[in-house]
Amino acid sequence: MRASLACIALILAFLLLPVVCLATADGSWLKKVPQADRARTNPYAADPTAIAAGRNLFRNNCAKCHGENAEGKANRPSLKSKRIQTATDGDLAWLIKNGEAFKGMPGWGALPEPERWQIISYVRSLNTPAPGAQQ
Amino acid sequence: MLSASLLEIAVPRLIRLFPLFAFAGFLVLAPKATAQQEPPYFVTYSSVLEEPGNLEIENQNIAASPKNANAFFAPTVEFEYGVTAWWTAEAYVQGQTTKNDSAIFTGFRFESRFRPLPREYWINPVLYVEYEDVNAADKSFLEITGNTSITTLQVSNAALRKEVERSIETKLILSSNAKGWNLSENFIAEKAVNESEPWEFGYALAAAHPLALAGSGKPCVFCRQNFDAGAELFGGLGTTDGFGWKQTQQYAAPTVAFNAPHGLTFKFSPEFGLNDNSATVLWRFGASYEIQQFRDWFRRSK
Repeated sequence: MRASLACIALILAFLLLPVVCLATADGSWLKKVPQADRARTNPYAADPTAIAAGRNLFRNNCAKCHGENAEGKANRPSLKSKRIQTATDGDLAWLIKNGEAFKGMPGWGALPEPERWQIISYVRSLNTPAPGAQQ
Repeated sequence: MLSASLLEIAVPRLIRLFPLFAFAGFLVLAPKATAQQEPPYFVTYSSVLEEPGNLEIENQNIAASPKNANAFFAPTVEFEYGVTAWWTAEAYVQGQTTKNDSAIFTGFRFESRFRPLPREYWINPVLYVEYEDVNAADKSFLEITGNTSITTLQVSNAALRKEVERSIETKLILSSNAKGWNLSENFIAEKAVNESEPWEFGYALAAAHPLALAGSGKPCVFCRQNFDAGAELFGGLGTTDGFGWKQTQQYAAPTVAFNAPHGLTFKFSPEFGLNDNSATVLWRFGASYEIQQFRDWFRRSK
């Protein structure tokens, strides 16, 4: 009896885990970004080809969760948002590299850093740059 | 009468070809994307897990013609699913066919990989645990543990398949990413649960780098960023009764991967034996296909 209850509890935990882990992103990651990372700037910011390259990379790596045009998909957030507008390039670089594993966002540290910056260039192009971004 | 005999011939063939049709269907329906994070390794694991909700189906094959033994071909089919961003679950089925002998199913494995730390560090640990039910005719070389020798392949499949080992295998996976390089180290410990054998140990080391670090502005198939090259070194480390790398197999291998559009990846690696216990060369090649957000197929809101 005790064994079957434990078994049921285990199955329930297994089924609920993805739901808990895919809880909608709440932006709390912004508080975790170290100051040095936040202050980093995009070396591709002035490169006109970076947006096109970033678009290709985004479609290859990010669109499966965030949607083909970053509009969001199911409970995975849109990247055309106030939060992305106000985040610095450094904030976004930190999030892409580290992810938020316990909230469903994997880290992309194995993707070469130049490609991560190109993705940021593309995501920036979808959002109006904020002059008073968090510093 | 004629149509009945045609059906008798055609239906089993069509059933056999079903995976091909299904695969072609996936290619048509799938979004055009290349998966670029995963290093080009066959034996070594990195800290890259399957993205949550994705299902990757991989067929990896090994072919060899060892000295004093019959040539063989051993396919393994692997289903890898990203349960969460920190947990990947996998199932394997494997078999082999040996020249002048037979073709047999050699067993199955279930594994899980967990990433315990939430951030990217200089060294990223991943914990791996696997249950395997594999007979001694297994020639998949998915890892090498304990004291093994290629000479066991001289024994017939009929004799080898009678010896079934059920074991728990654990790995400590360490992986680092810097300046486009991936360096990964795996330490393996395996214990049979159906017979009293000592703990067996093994290792795998690897390094890889993409051919280009930045993406191209134009959509392209054969651009350098879609290719990864690297090298692997793997082998056994003996058992608790006799630790060391001399009485077991050791291999060194260059490896290359091509991340094609539509979530397809092709990998190839010739693996060279480094001692007399090893085969001279194992030819390994594989193809994988990633079904993106497989989980969404079962969601109401997409």
